[in-house]
Amino acid sequence: MAPVTDERQRSGLREPPSWRRAKSRIATALMVFSFVLVMIPLGFVLVTVIAKGASAISWSFLTSPIPPSVLPANTGGIGPAVLGTLEITGLATVLAVPLGILGAVYLHEYGGNRPLARLIGFMADVMTGVPSIVMGLFIFSIWVLHFGFSGLAGAFALGCLMLPIVIRSTDEMLKLVPDSLRDGSYALGATKARVTATVVLPAALGGIVSGALLAVARAAGETAPLLFTILTVTTANPDVFSGPNTSLPSQIFVNASSPYVGAQGRGWGAALTLIAIAFIFMIAARIVTARFARYAR
Amino acid sequence: MESPEPNLITNLPRLEQTARPQAGSAPGEVIFDLKNVSIWYSAFKAVTDVSMAVHEHEITAFIGSSGSGKTTVLRAFNRMNDLVPGARLEGEMSYRGEPLYAKDVSATAVRRRIGMVFQKPNPFPKSIYDNVAYGPRINGERNRGRLDEIVERSLRQAALWDEVKNRLNTSGLSLSGGQAQRLCIARTIAVEPDVVLMDEPASSLDPIATGAIEDLMRELKSRFTIIVVTHNMQQATRVSGRTAFFYVLTDSEADTRTGVLVEYGSTEQIFQDPRDSRTKAYVTGRMG
Repeated sequence: MAPVTDERQRSGLREPPSWRRAKSRIATALMVFSFVLVMIPLGFVLVTVIAKGASAISWSFLTSPIPPSVLPANTGGIGPAVLGTLEITGLATVLAVPLGILGAVYLHEYGGNRPLARLIGFMADVMTGVPSIVMGLFIFSIWVLHFGFSGLAGAFALGCLMLPIVIRSTDEMLKLVPDSLRDGSYALGATKARVTATVVLPAALGGIVSGALLAVARAAGETAPLLFTILTVTTANPDVFSGPNTSLPSQIFVNASSPYVGAQGRGWGAALTLIAIAFIFMIAARIVTARFARYAR
Repeated sequence: MESPEPNLITNLPRLEQTARPQAGSAPGEVIFDLKNVSIWYSAFKAVTDVSMAVHEHEITAFIGSSGSGKTTVLRAFNRMNDLVPGARLEGEMSYRGEPLYAKDVSATAVRRRIGMVFQKPNPFPKSIYDNVAYGPRINGERNRGRLDEIVERSLRQAALWDEVKNRLNTSGLSLSGGQAQRLCIARTIAVEPDVVLMDEPASSLDPIATGAIEDLMRELKSRFTIIVVTHNMQQATRVSGRTAFFYVLTDSEADTRTGVLVEYGSTEQIFQDPRDSRTKAYVTGRMG
């Protein structure tokens, strides 16, 4: 056997231990290390929230009214906050996602290099960087001061936050649709609107839904823009269009800053609920996208 | 940018002589008539002074080296160049006697009559059925029974029916390259166009799939007028009745280049008795 090994070594198929190989090992080890490092805070957050919040979770916790903060953790629940979050985030999604997708379609399919399109694209980028509390103050000054606190005002603030994310992610997805598909549709006599609606948007749908969902998840967890717009009360308000409302993140904020152990316990439960809602949204969207995108490969 | 033009024009062959069909061929009606057509992409003059007549129910092949403007001219027939920002066309181009580039002519209406098959198969990410039904649907056909008929007929004409009839609901992207290109042909002929433009339809296919596409072209000739761009000269001789040879003219002084039509005639004449030395060099493989 020895001569065979020699032969292989001479032909260069077996690389001798070398600095190159060592570098590869070091790089791999660094990447694994970084991955573990990244997972530590993430895992820590999850473990803590589950450890402190899981005991609170029950159906009655999710649906019962919010009790006074002095009461112990096993009383009442966060029903109004769950309702408020679903109402406000839902309305914000309805307002911002279609608008954002249409905006991106204009930017990418129609605007081209026109000054207006470039300006809108630039403004969308700038808007991404606006702190969420500024968005809350903005809605406070132009809406809440005139019409009072309401879920609608909260939805406006969250919608303003979602809009640039939806525009950017949709724009990126439209860029990935190959021009050959557009040409194929044009060559059959389709108009631009038809090409966009029947070929471009379906081809990009999976990515667009993912991007929109990222925006929804981001908005569902926002606290700052809601503080100035929905007031965060403890009673349930099924009317999203008028009257003060509440939401999970702002309720968590109130409970966490309360000195009472019972309120803090309910805060942990609310935090876990919020994470679970975001998680369920993600899974649901994946399933929906997979159904729509079954011809994509 | 303006000075080189006189030079280019003196280099042109006498088109009146070359653009006439050769004796012996029974020409169909003239379907496209081009007179001194030049095409620009912004400041770049891609094609200069093309004059030719394309005849009905024939296969016309465009040959020539890369950059000679074959594809540019092809895409002018169904106004696909309109989609390129900065593209414009000068000269006269008529389709069945009507100017193609008149102000009131709608590019989408033109494309419904003049379909196109692209170099790279580009099936939509939809089912095979929906790919073929796409054109009829944008023309307003909603009746399921009629659509079923159109899909089957088009796939049969494209010689793809037997391979896909049991999986019409699977993705058009699941097909092999040759099948995908035949699907694109089926999609194009489903709207019953008058003319089918083909831009190197077999260049990304293996010889067997290429043979299938060529058989298909000969088959389709009786129903449609076909113009095909090809890099493969054997292909031109195998399928086409007429051949146009395009050539890149470079002007090293002004550092410009442009495509011109050097010679146009029956395929037999172009390949066996080329009049222009450049055509001869190209078809005998000494150039390009």
